[in-house]
Amino acid sequence: MLIKLTGGTVYDPASGVDGQQQDIYIQDGRIVKKPAEAIQVDKEYDLKGKVVMSGAIDMHTHIGGGKVNIARTLLPEDHRHDPVQRTDITRSGCGHATPSTFVTGYRYAEMGYTTGFEPAILPINALQAHMEMADIPILDKGGYVMLGSDDYLLRLLAAKKDQKAINDYVAWTMQSAKAIGVKVVNPGGINAFKFNQRKLDLDEQNSHYGVTPRDILRVLATAVKEIGVPHPLHVHGCNLGVPGNMQTTLDTIQGIGGLPMHLTHIQFHSYGTEGDFKFSSGAAQIAEAINKNKNITIDVGQILFGQTVTASGDSMRQHANHKYASPNKWMTMDIECDAGCGVVPFKYKDKNFVNALQWAIGLETFLLVDDPWRIFLTTDHPNGAPFTSYPHLIRLLMDRSFRNDVLSTIHTEAQKMTTLASIEREYTLQEIAIMTRAGAAKLIGLKDRGGLSAGNWADITVYTNNVDRQLMFEKPDFVFKDGQLVVIDGKVVSTKWGTTHTVKPDFDAQVEKGLKDYFDRYLTMKLGNFKISDDEITEDGRGSITVHPLTGDVA
Amino acid sequence: MTEITEVPSPFCGIGTDDLTVRVDGVALKVIENGCAVNTPAFEQAITDTSPRVDGKEVSLDVAIAVAAVLLKDTRLPVIGGCATDVNGMRGLLALADRSGAVVDNMNFTGARNNFLALQDSGWMNTTLAEVKNRCDLLLVVGTDLEAFAPRFFERYLWNKEAMFLDDTNHREVIYLGKSPSGDASTSPIGQKAQFFECVTESLPEVIAVLRALVKRQPIRATSVCGIAVADLQTIADKLAAAKYGVVTWAAGALAYAQAELTVQTLSEMIKDINDKNTRCSGLPLGGKEGDQTANQVCGWTTGYPARIRFSRGYPEYDPFLNDTNLLLTNGEADALVWVQAFNVNAVPPVTALPTIVVGRSGMTFAKEPKVFIPVGTPGIDHAGHAYRMDNVVAIRLKKLRDSGLPSTAQVLNAIKQAL
Repeated sequence: MLIKLTGGTVYDPASGVDGQQQDIYIQDGRIVKKPAEAIQVDKEYDLKGKVVMSGAIDMHTHIGGGKVNIARTLLPEDHRHDPVQRTDITRSGCGHATPSTFVTGYRYAEMGYTTGFEPAILPINALQAHMEMADIPILDKGGYVMLGSDDYLLRLLAAKKDQKAINDYVAWTMQSAKAIGVKVVNPGGINAFKFNQRKLDLDEQNSHYGVTPRDILRVLATAVKEIGVPHPLHVHGCNLGVPGNMQTTLDTIQGIGGLPMHLTHIQFHSYGTEGDFKFSSGAAQIAEAINKNKNITIDVGQILFGQTVTASGDSMRQHANHKYASPNKWMTMDIECDAGCGVVPFKYKDKNFVNALQWAIGLETFLLVDDPWRIFLTTDHPNGAPFTSYPHLIRLLMDRSFRNDVLSTIHTEAQKMTTLASIEREYTLQEIAIMTRAGAAKLIGLKDRGGLSAGNWADITVYTNNVDRQLMFEKPDFVFKDGQLVVIDGKVVSTKWGTTHTVKPDFDAQVEKGLKDYFDRYLTMKLGNFKISDDEITEDGRGSITVHPLTGDVA
Repeated sequence: MTEITEVPSPFCGIGTDDLTVRVDGVALKVIENGCAVNTPAFEQAITDTSPRVDGKEVSLDVAIAVAAVLLKDTRLPVIGGCATDVNGMRGLLALADRSGAVVDNMNFTGARNNFLALQDSGWMNTTLAEVKNRCDLLLVVGTDLEAFAPRFFERYLWNKEAMFLDDTNHREVIYLGKSPSGDASTSPIGQKAQFFECVTESLPEVIAVLRALVKRQPIRATSVCGIAVADLQTIADKLAAAKYGVVTWAAGALAYAQAELTVQTLSEMIKDINDKNTRCSGLPLGGKEGDQTANQVCGWTTGYPARIRFSRGYPEYDPFLNDTNLLLTNGEADALVWVQAFNVNAVPPVTALPTIVVGRSGMTFAKEPKVFIPVGTPGIDHAGHAYRMDNVVAIRLKKLRDSGLPSTAQVLNAIKQAL
């Protein structure tokens, strides 16, 4: 079947196409070159006047794994406001803050997204993350495996094992957990919380191991680079949410010594201590550091006003923040000498000084970081806001007068503490396409995704241009996933199953000797039962695994 | 004849995965690391291999067709039991969504004590490996732990080495409420657990006083339900002095009205201890016969744990009204589907309603159901996944033999297709 998309205005930063009229051909799920005249087009879509981008990629969204399911279980009252009926082609479920898996897939697709990455996969819980994501229709998915508070790594560091030992362990863990990246959350802090430490600064030692967050970041960032994982170490830094943590973030950037590093939901790590409320924006200083240090990428973790729930691996900080729980219920968990988690519902209010300033800090960050290839559009779903608020966020970025209208309604003291009103920048469609497509694919190392040139998989979103960018991005005219038309006019019309994106870095098989001994002595599972086999992803006939090249591989 | 090692068990809830099982045709024998729960569950013989309709043997296709016809004409079918693996639950929820059914896990009334506490105020919990390496004080509330999980102490308390304890023999164990049926809680060097007995129904009072003491509230009484307040004070002091205290309970063992308030008081007490400059965690017991599996899969598929209905075309959660037994007795339900792939003794409630049983081979009935489809057991007859008690760890179940029995998922997917 040959499909032709005719005459659309194409934004494809991956091949430098910025708003040119182009035809796109799709065959067998992929974009192909213009075929010979003799070959008949089976289906043609007239896209004159329409905006065409590749399918959007959410590079940081909590869509699968234990803490997400705990967040779902914790908030039945939230689901009751947003029931989703089954139809002949779709399953029932629920929406809002933490939608059910099926609804997650439908709603992402209905916004033109075709891929999402779960950023916090605990090795011991990786199976659950993959099983949940296996029940997310339409989307491709993948995840970053969490290390840095696991006792095995900390024991290696305390024993002064060499970098090779770390590299082998990281590569082995990535393969066991079927990951495409490595995440570190409050480096060593989740572990320190189990020893009753309640905070852990960048240079503060874990009371048992004597290891600091700075040590952990350095060895993990080095490992990720040396084993050839394209996605830089994905870092949720120390001191999340603490006033003054801007300095921690700046020190973290300096401390990594030029290694590639991705700082996630940086909004939550960009706080100063100025002003009457001892809480101020550090966005300008953070943005300056990002602009200067080309080894650093960030995603924002924008907050938007309303009810949501925060689900994080950072049990230490979640416990400290439980006093802000709204409604007042929360949980934390220490997990398997591996990591932890904490789930705290939040209601961000525009008339609350701190929340209002958090909102402004996120937007300042978006607007003050120059290079759209190094910044990514996220709300840290659901922690800053549910992913369904992305069209609204895009409007805030693309429409200064709308942004200033909203700004004028937030807490007045917060208005005085932000430079937002004076920032003139408006994001362009091409910049949005970079942040949500080409840049994300490049950052994660996805081969043949995130672009519209021949050879790419045909993940394609078609919008009607509209000055109201929220309306435009809420309701694409068409979404194709691997060449299959899945959405028309913002509604799912057919479903399919996406693939699981991974990398397979090499390791020395000897690494299992130490691990087997450790598992037998201290853990609760046999090593052989811990590793996830390929058939666990594929045996139901729906899932598949895509292995992407490592840095330095010949494509 | 073959011997399979490192076999994981879906039966005991504590994720034992070191069993050695000898397979001789379709006969299994646990030859290493068995226990009173796992060994009979693995060794249960296959009896029926053929489905029945009205007591007569039929082909699988015929049984599925009859089940589909039966379900087609219902207004509120109830799918009870819900004891199977992850794929089985996926099939079950797809069928329920399609047919507008109630989904109710057979252990939910017990688990509800935990869910109501979680959904009202939350908790601070831990998992088995943390217990194994950190726990220096275990408080067991209202539960005969070794009857629940015979190998709990051997695997998670009396392990030879722990990363953060010098000598595991000196861990303290305290029972509050029910005393244990054996002496598994005695450490290998003979250190015995302490017991403070009361009847189960007195636990709300006892736990309320214990929490008050943790919070240093004055208590004027000298004893509560037969336990000296001075003893409760000792427990409170020990919890505060422990580096990593763990409080465990089985929600189903708290078999009295409003037991969720006991779970809530315990969970809030644990939070209080964490505000007193030490660590303490809860450890709810469960995970038997797929109960955690049912709640997890139902959780991600619908947003709610496994006591829901799809009768309005979308999932609705009601932890009280969607109870199978209630719906059968008050005449709301008009058909029962009983899914139980683990336990031949967990038979469906007796009802006059047309009943479809998708059950483990070997199940026998006081009243023959309309349709009986014997299925294989996850972890014996087919591979699969099941959750352990601590909710985080899903275990990969192995296929041990070729019995030819279909999986729960195959049967339920086929019924859905036929609808």
